[in-house]
Amino acid sequence: MNILKFFTAGSVDDGKSTLIGRLLYDTDSILVDQLEALQASNRKNDDGTIDLAILTDGLRAEREQGITIDVAYKYFQTEKRKFIIADTPGHIQYTRNMVTGASTAKLAIILIDARNGVVEQTIRHSYLVSLLGIEHVVVCLNKMDMVGYSETVFHAITEKYKALAAELNLKEVTFIPVSALKGDNVVNESEHMQWYQGRSLLHFLESVDVEDALPYNLARMPVQWVIRPQTDELHDYRGYAGRILSGSFNVNDRVTVLPSGHSSVIDRIEIFDQRPVEAFAGQSVTIHLKDNIDISRGDVLVNSDHLPQRSQVIEADLCWMDARPLDDSITYLLQHNSKITKCKIREIVYKVDINTLEKQDAHDFKLNDIGRVVLKTADELPFDLYTENKANGAAILVDSRTNLTVAALMFRNVSY
Amino acid sequence: MSKVNLDYLDELEAEAIHILREVAGQFEKPALLFSGGKDSITLVRLAEKAFRPGKFPFPLVHIDTGHNFEETITFRDQMIERIGEKLIVGYVQDSIDEGKVIEQTGKNASRNALQTVTLLDTIAKYGFDACIGGARRDEEKARAKERIFSVRDEFGQWDPKRQRPELWNIYNGRIHKGENVRVFPISNWTELDVWNYIKREKMELPSIYFAHERDCITRNGQLMAASPFLNMDEEDIVERKKVRFRTVGDMSCTAAVSSDATELDDIIAEISASKISERGARMDDKVSEAAMEDRKKGGYF
Repeated sequence: MNILKFFTAGSVDDGKSTLIGRLLYDTDSILVDQLEALQASNRKNDDGTIDLAILTDGLRAEREQGITIDVAYKYFQTEKRKFIIADTPGHIQYTRNMVTGASTAKLAIILIDARNGVVEQTIRHSYLVSLLGIEHVVVCLNKMDMVGYSETVFHAITEKYKALAAELNLKEVTFIPVSALKGDNVVNESEHMQWYQGRSLLHFLESVDVEDALPYNLARMPVQWVIRPQTDELHDYRGYAGRILSGSFNVNDRVTVLPSGHSSVIDRIEIFDQRPVEAFAGQSVTIHLKDNIDISRGDVLVNSDHLPQRSQVIEADLCWMDARPLDDSITYLLQHNSKITKCKIREIVYKVDINTLEKQDAHDFKLNDIGRVVLKTADELPFDLYTENKANGAAILVDSRTNLTVAALMFRNVSY
Repeated sequence: MSKVNLDYLDELEAEAIHILREVAGQFEKPALLFSGGKDSITLVRLAEKAFRPGKFPFPLVHIDTGHNFEETITFRDQMIERIGEKLIVGYVQDSIDEGKVIEQTGKNASRNALQTVTLLDTIAKYGFDACIGGARRDEEKARAKERIFSVRDEFGQWDPKRQRPELWNIYNGRIHKGENVRVFPISNWTELDVWNYIKREKMELPSIYFAHERDCITRNGQLMAASPFLNMDEEDIVERKKVRFRTVGDMSCTAAVSSDATELDDIIAEISASKISERGARMDDKVSEAAMEDRKKGGYF
């Protein structure tokens, strides 16, 4: 059994929280006392049934306003998979929350209200999915019960969306007609839409293959911590602890340490009391090298045959996440995995109107703005392009005055 | 190249180890909050996996309400002996004696709320800048929105509207002096995941997690262990029951469930089929729909 992290994009009006509530409810993932709390809370649908949306609206302000403000994480599992849902708000003023929820997701569910079809926010949400490089997209056409479960409506909308998907370069797109309120095609197959031959949403989520496949062994491991017991019996023990970002490392592989550029050979790999000969992306390991070289937190071990890009000047997509606008006279801190270095924004290339996808000239970045910048870092960064290796192609900006995370960065090009 | 599919427990474990190592790398004076419950015992196991054969780069901190299950304290002391790490205990009784908090009275009196003060005082006394805790997002709705690195202000308060965006697996632990960060490495685990992990790792637990005979009373529809810490009167009827506890908390606010589960497999089967969520057995959450949110804002774990 493995884990699938996905996120849901859509507004309250599209029935997003209801869809998630339905997934949880129909997979028996809601427990009695939570149900009781639900019933006691006195929020009901027009027909008197429980409002499943309450299950995901966690904060008092959200319940009062009936909207989702922050990312809420929900968990359920079936016999086939464990699922982690990032339930993100759909309104434009919460774009940053959606980017946050999407950053760790392998799959996106985009909700479309079947009565309205592809609207401005569908474009916005799909753009974010494309920006963050989420490989799998499921478009749920919700509220099919309100359009008479019409096949014609379904096809008209899917055709329109396919054009958008092509424009945004979205590759794997699956369309499912659902009614979250009535339960059609969410967990159980619908009796009202015999014309739909595909799987229900849950069955699709259970079976979709979401493993990353990189074209080369882009083995990368940022060093988080050096384990040095310095006891009598472990006097020479020196293990580099970290989580493998991508690719795999084998004993006897030649690795290069960046930024220093020194290289050595892997002597052994430890995962607590195990000594595997090979370790893979996702595993937290301790690596020992044959040579004694100076390595500390912030360095990264990489496969010597497939070195990453190294540059101080990088073109990146940026999503601004702070109420204070970007200030290009300020030095920010850039955090790339375990490495932190100073960073300035040298140039704003363009800003994207995320409702129309138009690129515009811009001189500022405000909360929720997205666009292309050229940045310069104090130290050379060993990175991969986001499109080639997401795990080593992203970073955050931190404002050292407030310590807040102010931007998400996706590296797109080496610049000069 | 080959594709790998990590088993879900391996993936959760690897993520938690990554988070623990980030704490070690980013903070000057971290601590691991240890309650004696299964979640914090799991954290200790994960810390062993993250840092052995080295020492933990942090001490364990226990906030002792004085209303403990004896079994938990015995377990704690044996565990500390086994792992050879440092334990710091903050006593709620000290906070009461110093007049910083006032003991609750009445039938539902509990020291649960008081421990927040002791916790904040202990953090201030030792200057901890990061406190690792075993909270999980599946426990409660407010927790579902909490970050893995959760920044608290000088007063220990959580402000849900000012949470930092947490992107990819990059954790921003920078803080100003006086602030601290609560870190939750097992945020993405469910109760069942924890139990399956305990089984896989053959971990020891305090005996109260397993079914045993105990004197109980029924209060507000829940089974409570009869103890000197519970304000009982003539209306409370003490009955001998076969029970176990799903969480380890203050004796005055942790309810038992009727159970015959004496082995891990029984417990896993029981939870898989269970219709009461774990925090449902915590009376402290029942006060209002926003009970947990309010306590977290006040500096609770």
